[in-house]
Amino acid sequence: MDVILFLIFAAIAVVCGLNVVIQSHPISSAISLIGVMGALAVLYLLLGAEFLAAAQVIVYAGAVMVLFVFVIMLLNAGAEIRHGRSLIAQVLGIPLLFTFLGLMLYFVQHMLPGTPDVHFGGFKHGTALDVGRALFTQYLLPFEVVSVLILIAILGAVVLAQKEME
Amino acid sequence: MNFFLLSLIKAVVVAFVLLTTLAYLQWVERKVIAHIQVRIGPSRVGPHGLMQPLADVIKLITKEDLIPPYVNKFLYLAAPFFAVTMALISISVIPFGGPIHIFGDNTWMQLADLNIGVLFILAVSSVSVYGIALAGWASNNKYSLMGGLRSSAQMISYELPLSMAIAAPLLLANTLSLRHIVEHQEGFYLGFIPHWSIFQTPMPQIFSFILFLIAAFAETNRIPFDLPEAENELVAGYHTEYSSMKFAAFFMAEYSNMVTVCAMTTTLFLGGWLPLWPATAGSNFVPAIVFLLAGAIALYHGLNPVRRRDGFTLPVVAVVFFVLAAVFLIPALQGALLPLFWFAAKTGTLLFVFIWIRGTLPRFRYDQLMAFAWKFMFPVAVLNLLVTGLMVALFS
Repeated sequence: MDVILFLIFAAIAVVCGLNVVIQSHPISSAISLIGVMGALAVLYLLLGAEFLAAAQVIVYAGAVMVLFVFVIMLLNAGAEIRHGRSLIAQVLGIPLLFTFLGLMLYFVQHMLPGTPDVHFGGFKHGTALDVGRALFTQYLLPFEVVSVLILIAILGAVVLAQKEME
Repeated sequence: MNFFLLSLIKAVVVAFVLLTTLAYLQWVERKVIAHIQVRIGPSRVGPHGLMQPLADVIKLITKEDLIPPYVNKFLYLAAPFFAVTMALISISVIPFGGPIHIFGDNTWMQLADLNIGVLFILAVSSVSVYGIALAGWASNNKYSLMGGLRSSAQMISYELPLSMAIAAPLLLANTLSLRHIVEHQEGFYLGFIPHWSIFQTPMPQIFSFILFLIAAFAETNRIPFDLPEAENELVAGYHTEYSSMKFAAFFMAEYSNMVTVCAMTTTLFLGGWLPLWPATAGSNFVPAIVFLLAGAIALYHGLNPVRRRDGFTLPVVAVVFFVLAAVFLIPALQGALLPLFWFAAKTGTLLFVFIWIRGTLPRFRYDQLMAFAWKFMFPVAVLNLLVTGLMVALFS
C-alpha cells in the first residue's frame, strides 16, 4: 500500500515537474509547480513527517505560489513564443542530457555514503512538538539569523516600493 | 466491524448531513435576511418556502451549461471543482462529539483525528484560494479577473491575523489535534463558568475569538468583506461567466466554508461539543426543553392560524418537535445526541451571526479592507499572542 502510494505520488511529482518546463503559458507552469508541491507534501506524509507536510502546503502551495499566480495574473503575462532553437542545442541537447543524468547517477551511487533503507512512517521526529523543540534549542541561532534575513528582505521590498511612489 | 467500513459509514453520514445543511442554510439565510428587511422571503414552494432549496437545485441542474468562447477551457472547468473540493474536505477533521459505542465498536464522532488537525485546516484554507483566483483568470473577463485578484490579495492578507488568532488558544491547549483541544476545555470554574478558551485562565481568549471571527468573514468572502463579488462594481466578480452547476459549485463552496469556519470557531473557542453548564445543573434536559417549547409555540399558532394553511402545517411541525424532544430524553441515545446538539447549537448560532451581519453592515472600501487587516488586525493579533505566551509561561 505504502509503496503503491509512493509510486503514484512520485510519478505525479515528476510529471508535474516536467510540465513546469514544457508548458508555454506561465499560469500553466505555475499550476504544475503547485502540483509538485502537493505531491511532495504527500511524500513527506508517507515518511511520517506530518508537520513538514502541512508546512509545505501552507507555505509553498498556499502562500508562495499564490503570490506567483497573483503576479502572473496581475501582469497578464502572455504565452511564451518559441523561437527556432540553435543548431548546437538541436544536435547536442539530448546526448548532453543523458550524459548529465548518467554522471548524476554515478555520483549518487559511488560518492554518497551508504544510508540505511527508508521505511514508510519510520521517521519518528516529525511532530510539531519535536520540530518546535529542535528549532528553539538545537537550531536557535540559524533560526534567528534566518528571521533577521527575512526581515531585511521585507525592509528592502518596502524601500523599493516606496521609491516608485515619489 | 473493521475500521474501513466504519469510516465509510461515518463519511457517508457526514457528507449527507453537510450537503443538506448547505442547501437549507441558503433557505435560512434568505428567510433571516428577509425578516431583517421586513419582507417575507421565500414562501411559495412548499410550506414557508421549505421546498425552495430543492427547487433551486433542480433549476440549477436543468439550466443551460454555457462555456463562453476564448476561456481557458481546462482551468475554467477545473476551478469550480477545485473550489468545492477544498471547501468540503476540511469538515473531515472537525470533531462533532465525544466517544460513542456503535455496532460493538468504540469510535469517535469525527471522521479523522489528525494530530496536526489545525494545520490541516489552515493548509486547506490557504490552498482553496486557487479555486476563486483561477476561475477569475480563466474566464477571460476583466470583471472576473478583478474579482479573482481581489480575492487572492484579501485571502493572503487575512490569513495572517487568522493564523495568529488561532495560535493563541493553541498555546493554552498545548496540542494541534482538534479533539484534544476540545477535551482540554472540559470542566467549569466555580461550578458554572465553562472552561472554554474564551474564558480560560491564565489568559481568556476573547480578543483572539473576535479577531478570528472577523478574519473568518474575510476568508469566506462574506459581507462586509465580499469585495471579490461586489455587485455594484464587478457584476458578480469571479463567477460572472459561470452558469448552471458550475455556478452552484461556487455557491456550495462559499456556504461550506462558512460552516467549516463556524465549526472551527466552536471547536477552538467555544468548547466544541461540551455543554453550556454542568450536567448536574440539568444541562442534559436543555435540548428536550428547547424542542418542547418550539413544539408548543408551533402548536399554539397551529390552533390559532393566521392563514388557513397554517392550521394544517404547524401542528405537523409541532408533532415533529415533540418527537425530537422525546428522542433527546431516551437515556441510551443521550450520550451520542447531546454532544451533537451542543455542537450544532453553537455552530448554528455563529452561522446566524454571519447572516445577521450580512443583513446589517455595508461593504468595506478596498483600501479600508487592506488597511484594516495590516494596520489593525495583525498588530492586535501579535500583541494578543505575545501576552498569551507570557501569561502561559508565568502561570502554568
